[in-house]
Amino acid sequence: MVEISILKRPRTEAVVTQRKFFKKTARGKVIKVLRERYLRDDVSCGIDHCRECTDAHALPVSGALEHPSFPNGHFILPDTNVFLSQMDLVESPLFNPPIILLQTVLEEVRHRSLPLYNRLKALTKMDEKKIWVFYNEYRSETAIIREEGETPNDRNDRGIRKATAWYNSHIKVNRPPIRGQASPKLPTVVLLTEDAANRQKAEKEGLTSVSVRNYVEGMKDATQLLDLLAAEGTFDIEPTRAAAGRQALYPDYLPTATFVAGVKAGQLHQGHFNANQYNYLEGSVPVPAFSKPVLLVGRENMNRAVDGDIVVVEVFDEKEWKAPADEVVDQDTTLKDDDAEDSADEADVEGHEVLVRESKVLRTEQRSLEKQPTGRVVGIIKRNWRAYVCHIDSTSLTSSNSTSLSQQTVFATPVSRLLPRIRLRTRQAPSLIGQKILVTIDRWDVTSRYPEGHFVRALGKVESKEAEQESLLLEFDVPYRPFGKAILDCLPKEGEQWVVPPKSDTSPEWKNRQDLRDLIICSIDPPGCQDIDDALHARPLPNGNIEAGVHIADVSHFVHADTPMDSEAASRGTTVYLVDKRIDMLPALLGTNLCSLRPFVERLAFSAIWELTPEAEIVNIRFTKSVIASKAAFTYEEAQIRKDDPHRQDELTQSIRLLNTLAQKLKAKRMAAGALNLASPEVKIHLDSSESSDPIDVEQKEMRETNSLVEEFMLLANISVARKIEETFPQTAVLRRHLPPPRTNFEKLQDILLKRKGMKLDVSSSGALAASLDQCVDLKEPAFNTLVRIMATRCMLSAEYFCSGSVGKDTFGHYGLASPIYTHFTSPIRRYADVLAHRQLSAAIGYAPLHASLHSKAHVERVLDVVNRRHRMAQMAGRASVEFYVGLALKGRNEREGAEVIEDAFVIRTFRNGVGVFVSKLGIEGLVMFKKDMQFDAENYTITVGSTTIAVFDKVSVRISVEKDKNTQRGKVKMSLVHPIDSSGL
Amino acid sequence: MDWGIATLDTAADIGMELDALCAPKLEQSSLSGDNSHTAHVILYSSTIMASRVEILNEGGFRSDGRRQYELRSIEIDLSQQGHADGSATFTHGLTQVLVSVFGPREAKMRSQTIHDRANINVELSIAAFSAGDRRKRSRGDKRVLELAAAIKSTFEPVIQTSLYPRSQIDIFVQVVQQDGGLLQACINATTVALMSAGIPMIDFVCAVSGGVHSTSPLLDLTMLEENDVPNLTVAMMPKTKKVSLVTMETRLHVDRFEEVFKLAAEAGQAIHGEMKAAILKWSKSLVKTMGQDREGGGEMDDVGFE
Repeated sequence: MVEISILKRPRTEAVVTQRKFFKKTARGKVIKVLRERYLRDDVSCGIDHCRECTDAHALPVSGALEHPSFPNGHFILPDTNVFLSQMDLVESPLFNPPIILLQTVLEEVRHRSLPLYNRLKALTKMDEKKIWVFYNEYRSETAIIREEGETPNDRNDRGIRKATAWYNSHIKVNRPPIRGQASPKLPTVVLLTEDAANRQKAEKEGLTSVSVRNYVEGMKDATQLLDLLAAEGTFDIEPTRAAAGRQALYPDYLPTATFVAGVKAGQLHQGHFNANQYNYLEGSVPVPAFSKPVLLVGRENMNRAVDGDIVVVEVFDEKEWKAPADEVVDQDTTLKDDDAEDSADEADVEGHEVLVRESKVLRTEQRSLEKQPTGRVVGIIKRNWRAYVCHIDSTSLTSSNSTSLSQQTVFATPVSRLLPRIRLRTRQAPSLIGQKILVTIDRWDVTSRYPEGHFVRALGKVESKEAEQESLLLEFDVPYRPFGKAILDCLPKEGEQWVVPPKSDTSPEWKNRQDLRDLIICSIDPPGCQDIDDALHARPLPNGNIEAGVHIADVSHFVHADTPMDSEAASRGTTVYLVDKRIDMLPALLGTNLCSLRPFVERLAFSAIWELTPEAEIVNIRFTKSVIASKAAFTYEEAQIRKDDPHRQDELTQSIRLLNTLAQKLKAKRMAAGALNLASPEVKIHLDSSESSDPIDVEQKEMRETNSLVEEFMLLANISVARKIEETFPQTAVLRRHLPPPRTNFEKLQDILLKRKGMKLDVSSSGALAASLDQCVDLKEPAFNTLVRIMATRCMLSAEYFCSGSVGKDTFGHYGLASPIYTHFTSPIRRYADVLAHRQLSAAIGYAPLHASLHSKAHVERVLDVVNRRHRMAQMAGRASVEFYVGLALKGRNEREGAEVIEDAFVIRTFRNGVGVFVSKLGIEGLVMFKKDMQFDAENYTITVGSTTIAVFDKVSVRISVEKDKNTQRGKVKMSLVHPIDSSGL
Repeated sequence: MDWGIATLDTAADIGMELDALCAPKLEQSSLSGDNSHTAHVILYSSTIMASRVEILNEGGFRSDGRRQYELRSIEIDLSQQGHADGSATFTHGLTQVLVSVFGPREAKMRSQTIHDRANINVELSIAAFSAGDRRKRSRGDKRVLELAAAIKSTFEPVIQTSLYPRSQIDIFVQVVQQDGGLLQACINATTVALMSAGIPMIDFVCAVSGGVHSTSPLLDLTMLEENDVPNLTVAMMPKTKKVSLVTMETRLHVDRFEEVFKLAAEAGQAIHGEMKAAILKWSKSLVKTMGQDREGGGEMDDVGFE
């Protein structure tokens, strides 16, 4: 039993331990809050071999000895600003002195920026970093209270200094000199702060304190580390000009209180800033008050917002409302010769030129009639800046400096077209040309046209697979570090040799497990699949019904809740599939071996077994943990051939046929219920060989009957499991839903279809939509229907995981599947939500008690938030990876055949100076740009070039080539029209 | 090895999954419904979360510096208050409750007399200034009545009412200050006050509140914690090892419940120690004053309280 104690404390302490303050609620009511805290003497200092604090060993006994300024060893104790502005430095693997992180600092970071706090939290858990969190506010010697007239900031600074002083004396007291020996060398605790006033105060109190820059300069990897310092740290960014002399390019933001009040009063609107990828001078902010997003036109109106920021906008009078530009404006061409060193200065001639060019662009845009709310950004609620993958723009380098290592200011162009260029200072500029690098934005002043940032690290050469891969993973925030030791320790000790133990009543593996080894079970997967997480069987029953079973890898047998492996899997959320790499959610031993339902070996499984009538009606269903031995692992193709071969009459083939007939009936039923049959531009990439992984060609995926067979049974299993766990755990069941899309999403597509093709799209329900999509057929163009389906899909919302207790029961439905309830159960090897569903199902059938965390709604919600985000990111990463390989394949084809690649394409958008096309054979989209404006009819979605009119949905031929941007080395797919007219000269 | 292809296929084997198809890559304003919208909602809610206090941080400390199983400071004051036959002020951290006990005495209203035992009457009042927001609660307030009823039913089986037929015991509870654990403070204070009034009981009643944050049980919750985690109050009798009250107004899974319940019952023992010490000290001082009146009064032992 745990030790229960009562904390005693005399009343006299109340001055230090009680805190009283007044708080104003959202409604304007003033509430008095009284809080107390308990000060203690058992808060550990975290230093190894400390006489007093025995329970923690995070920090080495003598600190770090490498720094030349502190020969006796030292620990660093950074203040809040160090973490707020220099997180990249702290995260660098080269920066590894032992760090004492104070609770005061941690809480302040949390208060100021949640993303930084999360990064910091992750750091404290890493083995390589020696970071100890010291709860100074709870230790009696270091707790302080705010004095009269002291600002919270000053209070915290004082607390930090007090803790530093305490540490130094604590080290001294616990290492008394031993008689006869030289007095021990005591390591110093160094206060790391950027605040000069704080340093002065510290020195007065006899503490050692240095600035980050000074500290880093003394380290052995100083050159690399200095580049990581944020721009904020360097106050001499433009030493030649006085800061006051610079003219503001942007309006100032309103004070926070003003715009918060404005939002509350409904005069201002809050939302996420979305940059326009076709036109860098335009952005939009969807706000609840208007059905259309608020349009922001021009730099001043976007006012330093970066894609993803939460901003506050002011909407102009309706007279000034505009329609979005129907022209493509490329940042690279418009801003070509802008000078990085000087562009901050408005008075500068070149800066002026930029402005003239830009305003010309804005003026010439003749806007079509359809107006939408237009406004400007007046404040930023939250920046969502992260590290961006960029290329250095070689023209921004001062040519004389090309080989020197002096510091210079250069432009970095982000890979994503949604982001502005970033100005940064670096010493390594020449060596970074032609590389992919990671850059963080530090600030964006009113006087600076571009945001300022700093270099984080280089990823490698442009177009090298490693660099491209890593940049993809970083861009989509995919955790790709190898699994740590603590995680691998959770694997079974037998490793590869692990087998299902022989059947006995005593072994824990066999407890309550059904023996299904005799069943004729097989798996059907794509070719080369290593992580087989599902297998199937079917057999006729004597009563005329059919028994069908889905067997899913029993991952929850190996991955227990609340272990390092479990929390890692939860934070990864999903396995990420890139074209030539897979980033696993679980260690490979589990994913591709112990859990994988390989043929001819016994494996643990979680089975769902139905009794179905020949008409595929469910008679009953049971779930059980089981042991199976798969009899065969087919590819879709093999299974298809086997099924179609009339000479084969063996049991295995019979069961595939049985499954197939059932699947067809299930599918028919689903379709009748209004499920959607959607399409996506999916292609398959042929890789040359495993070594080079050079793409040879791209082809569209094929769908076979057997794909649908597997799919139907997985859906059936998922739906059945969802029902079961929702029934057992109405508050915390892990489910998946797909909300019906708002009707307005379809308006534009409906309009285009009606005007161009005279077709109607009924979006009143999923069933109606499915039916009307079937009607959208152009007899001459079989691919047209697929195109419409792709476009319709893009109008929909994405599906999401949710916790059953946190939303209304009427919103559980899955729109696309037309199922009232759904979850993910069938791929626990590669999706974390499935692991949770497994745990809940196994508790629901009484196999194992449910882990406590799955009873907590808050916990489930938190985990699913992460999983949802990871899921989305993983999909985007996968898609981007395919896109990259399609580019490579095109390039290869160009070179090999020496000829141009010409493909058929559909027009999907028209602009004043170009058309957007979709090449279905390659699954890519592209832009055909003309040098001058053409005759453009926005109403009818047509553009007339010479005497030829091109409209949306027209079939055209395009010439596709890949070329590199000369300045940034960024690869670009370039398209031009071949048919009906050749646009290369236009 | 061409699992590059393979794995891409696996991602599509659940081809019906729409999100796999919803390509947010293209510009969002034109054709696509803005499907980044859901993400935004989540992000925003997390910004709100930022301002909230951590219930249990990674160092194992709660927001007030206690660890999971540490109870707040307890103070028991048994000094005489006015005409009351017995009275006590009980403090758990920042929660303070004052209880006065009158009786056993003749019932005011005949209708309330019970022929074979004493009637227990509990009246509770919560001072308007006791909590952060000033709020008057009338005597008919549902919450007040409920608390009073809980106290009454807790003590009915403990007080030996059959010794006083046709009489009434009045318990007046006044909440002076509250910061979580109100019911536990009321019950503990009532126990001590009844003892100081000399009313015979079969045992002490010691109450402790407990809750579960994610998976970690906590004891003796503050208001801040009470608002955030599912919690329950257990009143146990340390000598007879019986439980006289368990209340829970939040939802908690039955497996978790058992754990917290056992823990809270265990914590009751710790509180019992405190109460016993306070009562002993008080009675010793009483004996001492009596001894000064009557020469050579006998020493009081711990006998009665084992």
